[in-house]
Amino acid sequence: MSLLDIRDVTLKFGGVTAVNALSLSVEEGQVFALVGPNGAGKSTVFNLISRFYTPFGGSIRFDGTDLLALPSHRVPSLGIARTFQNIELFHQATVLQNLLVGRHRHRRAGMVENILFTPRVREEERAHRAAVEEVIDFLDLQPYRDQRIAGLPYGVRKVVELGRALASKPRLLLLDEPASGLSVEETQNMRWWIDDIRRQMGITVLMVEHDMGLVAKVCDRVLALDGGRMIAIGTPAEVQSHPDVIAAYLGTGAISKTADAKGARR
Amino acid sequence: MRFHFKTSYDTDIDLFPDWGKRGLYLALLALAAGLPFLINDFYLGEATNVLIWAVAGLGLMLLTGQTGQVSLGHSAFMALGCYTCVLLMEAGAPFVVAFVLAGLITGVVGAAIAVPALRLHGVYLAIATLALAILADDLIVLLAPWTGGVNGKYAPAVTILGLQFNRWSNPAAWYWLALVVVVLVTWAYRNILRTPLGRSFAAVRDSEISAQAMGVDVARTKTMAFGLSCAITGLGGALMGLFSEVFNNETFGFLISIQLVMMIVVGGLGFIHGAFLGAIVISFLPQLLSIVTDTLGRGVAIPGLESAVFGGLLILFILFEPMGLYGRWLKIRVWLELFPFARKDMFRRQKSYLKTERLR
Ligand SMILES: Nc1ncnc2c1ncn2[C@@H]1O[C@H](COP(=O)(O)OP(=O)(O)O)[C@@H](O)[C@H]1O
Ligand SMILES: [Mg+2]
Repeated sequence: MSLLDIRDVTLKFGGVTAVNALSLSVEEGQVFALVGPNGAGKSTVFNLISRFYTPFGGSIRFDGTDLLALPSHRVPSLGIARTFQNIELFHQATVLQNLLVGRHRHRRAGMVENILFTPRVREEERAHRAAVEEVIDFLDLQPYRDQRIAGLPYGVRKVVELGRALASKPRLLLLDEPASGLSVEETQNMRWWIDDIRRQMGITVLMVEHDMGLVAKVCDRVLALDGGRMIAIGTPAEVQSHPDVIAAYLGTGAISKTADAKGARR
Repeated sequence: MRFHFKTSYDTDIDLFPDWGKRGLYLALLALAAGLPFLINDFYLGEATNVLIWAVAGLGLMLLTGQTGQVSLGHSAFMALGCYTCVLLMEAGAPFVVAFVLAGLITGVVGAAIAVPALRLHGVYLAIATLALAILADDLIVLLAPWTGGVNGKYAPAVTILGLQFNRWSNPAAWYWLALVVVVLVTWAYRNILRTPLGRSFAAVRDSEISAQAMGVDVARTKTMAFGLSCAITGLGGALMGLFSEVFNNETFGFLISIQLVMMIVVGGLGFIHGAFLGAIVISFLPQLLSIVTDTLGRGVAIPGLESAVFGGLLILFILFEPMGLYGRWLKIRVWLELFPFARKDMFRRQKSYLKTERLR
C-alpha cells in the first residue's frame, strides 16, 4: 500500500478548476516531485493534503487513514509536515521557538499542567529541546538560534521553515518550492539535505520544484501537472522529454531555462 | 556584553537564564516586599493601585501581546470578576475561595464568549468586544437587585484566616495581598510563555495558517487564550473593586478598557515588563496632570483632559515607539552594552516581509 494515496480529486475556485480529477500515489521512502507551469495547481494539491480545502470528489488517504475525515490541525499528528511557497514562519518569535512549534504534535501535558509547569512539563520540554537541537545541528542553524525571524535573510528563513517541519519528525514531508529564491550554494545545500532526509531519516518527500536540475538529482518520480490535470508521470528524464510537458512549458520556457541556467552556473 | 554558555537544556527552560538575572529579580522582589517600610501610606496606596492595574493588564497582554487578538471589552471581565467575587463573599464564601472562583468563572464565561467572537478578526473583533463593554455597563444597571446598579455596592471586608485587610488601618497588608497576586500571576504567565501553550499562542498570532499546519487547533487556542486572559483580568477587577471599597457600573466603564489597551501599548506589547511599566504610567499620569494643571491653571480643572492625554499618548506610541517603553529600554540597553560601537541605523525598524495568508 502506498504511503500517500490521492484518488480522483477535483477542486474548483469559482470558475477555475485548480485540480482536475488528479490521482497520484507516493510510496514510502520515495522522493516524489510535482512539476508544472505557474498556476498548474501544485500548491493546491499540498493545500488539499493539509486539509485547508475540501475536494469536490475523490479521496485522500495517508497510510490507510482517510484524511478527508480529519480537520486540518489533526493532519500533522499523523506525521505529515510541510513548508509553504511564500514562507510562513512565526516572524515575531525566535528561530528556536519556531522550531519548537514544530514539536506541537508531540506535546502531552494539558493547559493546566503547562500553567503550573509541572515536572512532567519540564521532562517534555527537555525532550522537545533535544529533538530541536538535532535539527539545528543538521541544518547548521546554530548562529541564528536565538534570533527573531523578522531580522533574518530570505535564504535562512527557508532553512528555518524546513527545520520546523523536520522538528515534528514527520513520515511525509511536503516541500513547496524549497529552492526557489535560493543562491546556487544554498540550492546545493538543499539538495544534500533532501538526500539526507530521505536516506538517514527515512522520511518520504513530496516536493514542488521548478528547478529541474534539482529535481533530476534528488527525485525518483516526477508528475507533471498542467491546468490541474496530470500530463505525464515517470522518471525525471522521461517527464522532461515528454512532448506534452514540453508543450505545456512552451512560451514559458521554464524547464529548459532553469535547467540550463543551473547547468551553466555549475 | 554578556554571554550565556548554555550547558544544558534547562538553561533555556528555567525561569532565569543565570544567577545574575535570578539575583536581580530576587532583589527586585525583596525591594517590592519591603516597600511598606520605605514609603508613606499615601504612596503605598498608589503602589497597591499599580499592582492591581498590572494584574488586569497582564490579562489583556496575554490576549493582545501574546496571541494577537484585540479586545476593547476587558472592562466587562473586570466587572464580572469583581461582582462575582463580592457576591460570593456576601454569600458567605471566604475571600480566598471567592477570589479564586471569581477568576475561574470569569475565565469560563470569557471562553464561552470567545467561541463566536473569535471568528471575527482585527477591527471587527475590536468593535464586537467594545459592544460587550457597553453591554456590561447596562447589565450592571439592569441587575440592580444584585449589583446595586448605579448606587453601587460596598465591598465586604477582606479577611484571610482571621487577618483583616483594611486599606486605611492596614495599608501594608493590602499591598502585600496585591503583591502576592501579582507574583503568582506573573509566574503563571512566564510558565505559559515557556511551554507549548505559549508557543501555540505566538504561532496563532504570527501565522494562523502555519500554526494549523503544525497541528495547532487555532480556534481552540484562541479560546484558551481568551479564557485565560479574562480570568486574569477578572482577578484584577476583583482586587480593584475590593480596594476601592465602593464601586458601581462606572467603576468598570468602557473607558477602563481603553486605559487597559493604552497601558499595554505604552508599556510594550508582548512583554511582561510592559504591563508593569504601563501600570505605573496609568496610575501616576492623573496625578502628574493635576500637578501640572495646578501650577499652570491655578487649580482650574479641565474636563476630559485625562482622557485626551491618554488618547494622545496612545497615538504617539503607536506612531513612534510601537514596542512601548520596554522596547525603548531594550534599545537603550543594547546601546549601552555596545558603547561606543552602536550604529545609528541599528534600530531602524526592520522592514518585515509582507505577511501573506494566501496559500499560493
Ligand atoms: N485560494 C484561492 N482562491 C482562488 N483561486 C485560487 C486559490 N488558490 C489557487 N487558486 C487558483 O488555482 C490555480 C492553481 O494555483 P496553484 O495551486 O497555486 O498553482 P501552482 O502552485 O502550481 O503555481 C491558479 O489558477 C490559481 O489562481
Ligand atoms: Mg505554487
